[in-house]
Formats: sequence, C-alpha cells, structure tokens
Amino acid sequence: MNAVDRLSVLKTYKLYVGGKFPRSESGRVYEVTDPKGNWLANAPQSSRKDARDAVVAARKAFGGWAGATAYNRGQVLYRVAEMLEGRRDQFVREVADAEGLGKSKAGAVVDAAVDRWVWYAGWTDKIAQVVGGGNPVAGPFFNLSSPEPTGVVAVLAPQESSFLGLVSVLAPVIATGNTAVVVASEKSPLPALSLAEVLATSDVPGGVVNVLSGRTAEIAPPLAAHQDVNAIDLAGADEGLAKQLEIAAADNLKRVLRPQAVDNWTATPGTDRLTAFLETKTVWHPTGSLGASGSSY
Amino acid sequence: MPTTAPHALADVTASDSTLRRFLHGLPGVDAVGLEARAASLGTRSIKTTAKAYAIDLAISMVDLTTLEGADTPGKVRALGAKAVRPDPTDRTTPATAAVCVYPDMVATAKEAVAGSSVKVASVATAFPAGRAALPVKLADVRDAVAAGADEIDMVIDRGAFLAGNYRKVYDEITAVKEACGAAARLKVIFETGELSTYDNIRRASWLGMLAGADFIKTSTGKVAVNATPANTLLMLEAVRDFRAQTGVQVGVKPAGGIRTSKDAIKFLVLVNETAGADWLDNHWFRFGASSLLNDLLMQRQKLATGRYSGPDYVTVD
Repeated sequence: MNAVDRLSVLKTYKLYVGGKFPRSESGRVYEVTDPKGNWLANAPQSSRKDARDAVVAARKAFGGWAGATAYNRGQVLYRVAEMLEGRRDQFVREVADAEGLGKSKAGAVVDAAVDRWVWYAGWTDKIAQVVGGGNPVAGPFFNLSSPEPTGVVAVLAPQESSFLGLVSVLAPVIATGNTAVVVASEKSPLPALSLAEVLATSDVPGGVVNVLSGRTAEIAPPLAAHQDVNAIDLAGADEGLAKQLEIAAADNLKRVLRPQAVDNWTATPGTDRLTAFLETKTVWHPTGSLGASGSSY
Repeated sequence: MPTTAPHALADVTASDSTLRRFLHGLPGVDAVGLEARAASLGTRSIKTTAKAYAIDLAISMVDLTTLEGADTPGKVRALGAKAVRPDPTDRTTPATAAVCVYPDMVATAKEAVAGSSVKVASVATAFPAGRAALPVKLADVRDAVAAGADEIDMVIDRGAFLAGNYRKVYDEITAVKEACGAAARLKVIFETGELSTYDNIRRASWLGMLAGADFIKTSTGKVAVNATPANTLLMLEAVRDFRAQTGVQVGVKPAGGIRTSKDAIKFLVLVNETAGADWLDNHWFRFGASSLLNDLLMQRQKLATGRYSGPDYVTVD
C-alpha cells in the first residue's frame, strides 16, 4: 500500500493517575498548538476533582515508595532513563513540536533529560550521607539524623521548558521517596503526558507520579489548599499565582518551594531540589551511662 | 409465646407448610431489572445544599462498628467518644446513631456513650456464623440485653434457611425477639452474600419481618459480598410492601463495604425513591460501617471550608 493512502492514526493524550490513563473526569479537552499556532493534539483539561483523585493515588502510593530502599529507587529511576532512551525519536519529535526547536536542539534537550534521570538515580542512596549523619551530643546518647521524604508533593512543572524542565523538577522529588502530582506545562503538555507512558513501563509503582494537564490556574489552587498535600513546588506559577498559592498553602503549613529563576536547564542542578522536599528525623539512642572509667560499651 | 404477626399475614405463619407456600409464592426477582434500577438510581447528582443535608443525615445513620477479635476496652471507649462527637473541631456535626460491638463490650460502650443520644447495638446469636445451639444463642442475647444493649443484631441460621427449613429460622427469630423483650430493638442479619440468589434475599426479608424483626440487615461484613445497592434495593422494596400490607414499618440496615460518601448518598437515594421519605431517619435506616464515617467527615469539612481534607484530620479508628 502506498504510504499516502494510509489513514493517519492520531494519539489520544490522557492523564496519568494511579498508574492508569484516564480521561479528565470533566470530559473536557483543550487544543494544544505549536509556537506557530498549528494544532498538535487535544489534551485533557483537568478539573479539581482530577486533582483530588491524583492526591488520593499519590497518598496511597507513598508508603510503598518511601519504604522502598534507596538503592531500589535508584534502580527504578535508572530504568526510566533506559525506557526514555529507547523512545528517543518520539520525544525529540514531540519536544521539537512543543517548543519550536530544530531537530538537533530538541535532541540535545532529550539527551539532557535522560542524563538527568541517571544523575538523580545516582543520588537516591547518597543524599542521606550528605545531609544526614551522626551528631555529637553531650550525653550518653548515640544521636543520628537522617533525611525522610516530606510526603505528597504537588509539582507545577515549568511552563517554558516542557520536558527537560519537567524532568528536572520531578526526578528530585521522587528520588528521595516523595510521591508527586504533576501539573504539566499548560501551553505544551504533550511531552509530559508522553513521559507518563515511559513511567508506566519502567517499574515506577502506580501513583508515585501522577500527571495532570490543563489550566494551571485552575488545578493549582485546590492542590495548594489540599490538607493532604505536604509540599508544593511552584516552578510553573507566575508571580501573581505563586503568591496566591503560597497563601493557600500556609493553612496546613505546606512546605513551599518558590519559583526559582532558571536560565539554563541543562546546567548541573546540584542537590537543592533534592533537599527542598526532605524532613530531618533525629533519633536519640541511649548508650547507657558513661562512668568515670569511660565508655560503657 | 406472644403473637408476633397480628396482621393480615397472620395465618401464613400458622404452620411450616403455609409459611413455605407463602415464601415460595412471592414473585421471583428480575435480577437484571433490579441491578439496572439500582445502577440508574446511583447516577443522581447530589450537590451543594442537598449534599450537605445528605452527609449530615448519613452521619446520623451510621452504626459505628468494631467487630474484631482484637477489640480492647480502650478501642471501644475511643469509638464511643467518636460516635458522640464525630468531629470535635466542628460541633455542628451530628452524632452517629449507635455504636455496634460484641456482647462482652456492651457495658464498656454503654459507659462511653452515656448521656448522649447514641445507642449501643450488640451483635449476638453466635455472630458471625450463627452456628450454635438455640439456648446458647439466647443466652448470648440475654447477656447483651442485661448489659444494657439498646439494639440486638442477630444472624439467621443460613444453613437451615438454605436447606428450606424456614420454620426453624422463623422460630429462632421469634425466640430472640422474645429474649430482647421491650428493651431492645431487633435487627436480623441475613448475610445476603451467602444466600446466593435474589429470590432467597426476598424470602429471607419477608421471613424476618413476619417473625417480628424491627430491622432487616444485609450482612455481617465478614464475607466477600456485603451490602450492594441491588440487594439493599430489594430489601427496601420488601419493607415498603410489608408496610402496605400490614401497617408495620420495618427498618433497613446495609452493612459492610460502604466506604465512601458517594456510596452512602447513593443508598440514601435508593431509600427515598423506593421506601419513601418515611425511612429517611436513623430510626428506620442505618449504615453498618466503620471507615465510612471518616470519609463523610472529610467531605463535610470540604463543604464547610472549600478545601479538600485529608486522613490526618480524622481519627484512625
């Protein structure tokens, strides 16, 4: 058959919630275009109920993911990089369409995103040594501090860098054992929705990452006010929205990461985004009394 | 023995054969139609003020239940405190209808809810299997009543029922009813998940009501299939028809498997559309549940504050 005769098979982009790919509860979609205004696809336009469902899924997944060994989480994150590498062509095409990049620039972006997964995969079992440790205390105690994941983190993905930016804010959140509800870039949600397919096939347990697309200003406020969300990353919020969300988040003392100015997403990110969503647990373990003769060990 | 059915249907309980003839003469259940009806009533959209009303009504209908081998007096006291004041941060929250415990915990529960409108229900008659001799079952009931239970949840002998020995089931229920005396209302549990057919559920409903049940209850919560919209709808039809024929109103209590506010509201729609508004009261309709209450409270907080609540803001049990 001649290639021209084939009917084109268009992809239905869907949300990713609890390891499944549902449509928006509201049944709404919105048109996604490239920077020149050419139609690319319809993306689901999530409602606050989709956000609520995503939080329920993320909470359900939290115990298992936070309880997995750091080594195991590292393996899973590396697996994401492997799966992404295998679908490189698809992502290069989608990123090029979404951000109006040429093929080689888009290729560099996807490569950087794959490398970012590998980078954070390496950090999963090392961050505890960097930010935790034994504390010298003036008493007969063995005193240890260790980092613990904060919980369910709402992530507003960067609006401009729809793929590398997304990976750069998402990977550090889940690397340390948090679960995430991601609101994809409003203008270019397609790479994020496709990334969900990669996550679904790379041993990331369902519910650890949930991806919503739609109007950021509509989905973010219920997430910021939600009593069962422990932290929020405002990367994708503009100045006005960020302020409004910060006020809403204060109600249950959510941890809030203000939008950080990022000029170059390809630069090495450092550990700031890892530590932003960690709590410190300190344990005092009695060692018995220390007599005049020294240690009682 | 007092006559328990002094009404138009009095003669059907005269003998084993009349009882059998009556129960087998009940019209067969259209299973597909029943499930479709239950499903279609479940699609009603209940929002804003109607939802707020439904949630408060549902909270007031909850029989807050703990039926575990590991129940401690402390857990029962905590449950009692929660039943009296489900949401301590919002005093407008209604109390639940009752707490439901094992007979040996009745005294503890009674103490915990003293001075409130909350009743104490006790399961009895060798719950949940019901496999014990009648004198043992009756002793179980008398114990619970003596300890102060306001309501007794008995289980029927499913073995006898399935074997077609309706008279035995009938006599047991009347004996338990007698043991309850005037002090306690009797709920009769059919364990619908073990009755296997809708026809059997309809027969059991009528049998229970003829024998003097104050409430008919779907299940124990201890088997795989518990309360479903369809079997509750069927029982609601039975109490409606029973009142039409005899003038006696009987309550309904679905139990087990109802965990979300959405489910609870679906059941309330069934009640209103089937039995009628007369049953929309915790004297005539109850939910046997434990985790349902937390979801109702979270939904209530959401309606009051506009933001989604979380499990950190309600008690664990």
